[in-house]
Amino acid sequence: MAMHPAISIQNISKHYGALQALDDVSLTIEPGEFFGLLGPNGAGKTTLISILAGLVRPSHGHAAIMGADVQKGFREARRMLGVVPQELVFDPFFTVRETLRFQSGYFGIRNNDAWIEEIMANLDLTSKADSNMRSLSGGMKRRVLVAQALVHRPPVIILDEPTAGVDVELRQSLWQFISRLNQDGHTIVLTTHYLEEAETLCQRIAMLKQGKIVALDTTANLLSRYGSVKKDGEGKTDLEEVFVNIMSGGAL
Amino acid sequence: MKHGLNRPALEYGSGFPTLLFKEVKRFYKVAFQTVAAPVLTAVLYLMIFGHVLEGREVYGRLSYTAFLIPGLVMMSVLQNAFANTSSSLIQSKVTGNLVFVLLAPLSHLEFYAAYILAAVFRGIVVGLGVLLITIWFATPSLEYPLWILVFAFLGAAILGSLGLIAGIWADKYDQLAAFQNFIIMPATMLSGVFYSIHSLPAAWQVVSHFNPFFYMIDGFRYGFFGVSDNSPWSSLAIVFCFFVVVSVIALRLLQKGYKLRY
Repeated sequence: MAMHPAISIQNISKHYGALQALDDVSLTIEPGEFFGLLGPNGAGKTTLISILAGLVRPSHGHAAIMGADVQKGFREARRMLGVVPQELVFDPFFTVRETLRFQSGYFGIRNNDAWIEEIMANLDLTSKADSNMRSLSGGMKRRVLVAQALVHRPPVIILDEPTAGVDVELRQSLWQFISRLNQDGHTIVLTTHYLEEAETLCQRIAMLKQGKIVALDTTANLLSRYGSVKKDGEGKTDLEEVFVNIMSGGAL
Repeated sequence: MKHGLNRPALEYGSGFPTLLFKEVKRFYKVAFQTVAAPVLTAVLYLMIFGHVLEGREVYGRLSYTAFLIPGLVMMSVLQNAFANTSSSLIQSKVTGNLVFVLLAPLSHLEFYAAYILAAVFRGIVVGLGVLLITIWFATPSLEYPLWILVFAFLGAAILGSLGLIAGIWADKYDQLAAFQNFIIMPATMLSGVFYSIHSLPAAWQVVSHFNPFFYMIDGFRYGFFGVSDNSPWSSLAIVFCFFVVVSVIALRLLQKGYKLRY
């Protein structure tokens, strides 16, 4: 059986009136990759993620998750995909456990309590399982968002700035958990403004600028191609420097 | 931890039952506001209008209070069915948590069916509550229970669909309030809840026949008394056509993702 890419994006464009949010973006992410999608605010990262999630319809082009077209095969595509949204959103009517059970049920999965308990245990949510979502701290709400993205055990997980406003301890435990998921074969796509996180975690990185991919390579190659020898003489560069170089004019 | 991919494959069903259950549980959690309050409002209407217009007869044989009860029950069914879908959608849109439903593999039909059935359920629960309290004031007969059920279901489904349309269209709470206060409320109040349209001047009787809410109330009342302003069959035909029209509009909006998927 032919192995499909985890994510396939072909010539995707999106415009809102005169605003061109994405301009002919093509990208393939293989199963098992830990992939970084970087760019300044307004570069089109969230629009691209929203197209993959079916929240936004592309003006042109196609996208598929594990071979399933996100529009024509939306049921299969959405079952294959877990998305952690950037905004800290929650339903104030329900507890953590109810929230996760509902999310599982929306995917048509019944009797999923064992997996839900396991996710909660791994995200340190068990003690808050019966707490109303309103009563949780921002960090706890962020953990619930991650748990919601995992209830249907998707092979592809997209995290849209999951550590924005999160304390150091949670950030570290979150990355340990996500790294373990990746080691078990889940494809991870990450957007973040913490470039040291992307440098440490991502095997491959795409950089978006004004709706276009301006860099796409392995993290190591990006560091060697776009970095420069530092003044301290150690010869070591970091992704932040690479990012600045590319955004200030560099291209593929 | 043994992660998801190393486990047996999942079996997927429809997300519709869960979405329906969630929508029901949402109003159940605040039942004091969503069920008890509208029942109290209807009882106050009955006490005030029933007292003021005591001694009047309608259709030549019914006490005004008995006549009023089915109208108040149906008005409660309609208004609460509208409130359920519209408030749920606008809250989910404003707070952003609608994204969890939109990320799931639910079709527009499943989405529509879950929201509408939850609205019908709430409408009928409130209607039953109003009926159970108001029959202490006067006991309306139950001539044709099937007509009662059919008009209650269709009326609630229509208002649930209108609530869905309003909830999708509105970006802010005040836009939804405008829809409710300037369209739903006048159409309900002028539908014959409080009077038989035969008591109106001829011109207003004609105007009333252009109000689809009139047929919902009138057909529903026919189920109680076996008498109505309009033939129940023609009321049923008009109400059913209205149901088809609003359902098609709501389904098209959901299918196109209007103001939901950009």
